[in-house]
Amino acid sequence: MFITFEKESMIKTDILIIGAGPTGLFAVFEAGLLKLKCHLIDALPQPGGQLAELYPKKPIYDIPGFPEVLAGDLVDNLMKQIEPFQPGFTLGERAETIEKQEDGTFIVTSTSGLKHHAPVVAIAGGLGSFEPRKPLIPNIQQFEDKGVAYFIRNPDVYRNKKVVIAGGGDSALDWSIFLSEIAAEVTLVHRRNEFRGALDSVEKVQELKKLGKITLITPAEVVGLSGINQLESVILQKADASEESIDADAFIPLFGLSPKLGPIADWGLEIEKNAIKVDNTLDYQTNIPGIYAIGDVNTYPGKLKLILCGFHEATMMCQSAYQRIHPDKRYVMKYTTVGGVHGFDGSVKEAPKAVVKSIE
Amino acid sequence: MLDILVYITDREGDTHIVEAPTDMNMNLMEIVRSYELAPEGTIGICGGMAMCASCQCYIESDHTLPEKNDDEEAMLSEAFFVKENSRLGCQIKMSPELDGLKVTLAPEE
Repeated sequence: MFITFEKESMIKTDILIIGAGPTGLFAVFEAGLLKLKCHLIDALPQPGGQLAELYPKKPIYDIPGFPEVLAGDLVDNLMKQIEPFQPGFTLGERAETIEKQEDGTFIVTSTSGLKHHAPVVAIAGGLGSFEPRKPLIPNIQQFEDKGVAYFIRNPDVYRNKKVVIAGGGDSALDWSIFLSEIAAEVTLVHRRNEFRGALDSVEKVQELKKLGKITLITPAEVVGLSGINQLESVILQKADASEESIDADAFIPLFGLSPKLGPIADWGLEIEKNAIKVDNTLDYQTNIPGIYAIGDVNTYPGKLKLILCGFHEATMMCQSAYQRIHPDKRYVMKYTTVGGVHGFDGSVKEAPKAVVKSIE
Repeated sequence: MLDILVYITDREGDTHIVEAPTDMNMNLMEIVRSYELAPEGTIGICGGMAMCASCQCYIESDHTLPEKNDDEEAMLSEAFFVKENSRLGCQIKMSPELDGLKVTLAPEE
């Protein structure tokens, strides 16, 4: 009974894709054509990788067939293209560990402890998983989870607390606005007087400042933290180099995200130049059979970190994965114009049949 | 002549004198990468969109550089190890006026 339960609580799929950027998303389509199911894990809360997180409104000019496409629109299109193949997603979680099973399959565990079981793992991790940029305050680690947090999971923990937020972007502005409703005090600290954020948010903070609901301290920087077991105060340094200590129960630095290869680096894969070495003569497999690396995360002689190269690598990976999963089956690649697209959801897309009719 | 000389001090403190083409639409971050003066994956992470500070450098000669745009200003206001003479290498396009430019790469974050 226990074994059954354990198996059911585990996500099972054919190809487990780590990274839901453009390469990982397109792999779902190519796998779907081969009747292989996919599940994706991504540390970000939404699919699209860098395109969605860093530059959704910026144009890309080298996607074949698209003279110009906004990064965000490309992600939307990819999501639409793979919809018939019903991919599963574990979002907001990082792939932490991988264990090879006796039968050659893999179990990948993500941050929450969720297990994913698949015969093939395709790492489409791009630059790595996006993690918060931590300010260079000497004792900051000592206060992590003791008042210091780099992102806000549950706003309610700040109820009636004295909160100091640092940063000059949208998340610093938006969280200052949000927490001003529930926290006892909100202080926003930024190195410049100018903020880079949606105009609405900047205006709202201005308004809350006038109402005394947000204390704005600019230009200034948090340079020190103190407290016995729990954070009690932060030390600010102002433009004239003078320092001031203010009481704080919580300090939330919001300096954006930066990508880190993270735990994947410890999976026993061959790493070169912060990327995973693969066999580019064949199928983009790593030194561990059954684990592939595609897109920006891999390296081989002549590698180019381009979305269009990631699409090619995803396609080759899927053909190899099919052979690995079905070693006894024969298969030849079929054009979608000939074979159509048969979704797992029952949907069918096909080229219209030519009409044969005599003209009288 | 289309090439200029640029003096780049890497993160280990070694100075390299490199030739930089001015006719290939290249920026300083790309020059550093083309000579592999910093390991791949530690510089130019965002590809040159002024969205990370991995190509931050300190300008050590008195060349007149193009003004910082809003994106670069904003990024430098959140970057670490920022000094008065900090710039993002990806925003400095190689041009004949920059012959003899001297820069030092900022530490990796």
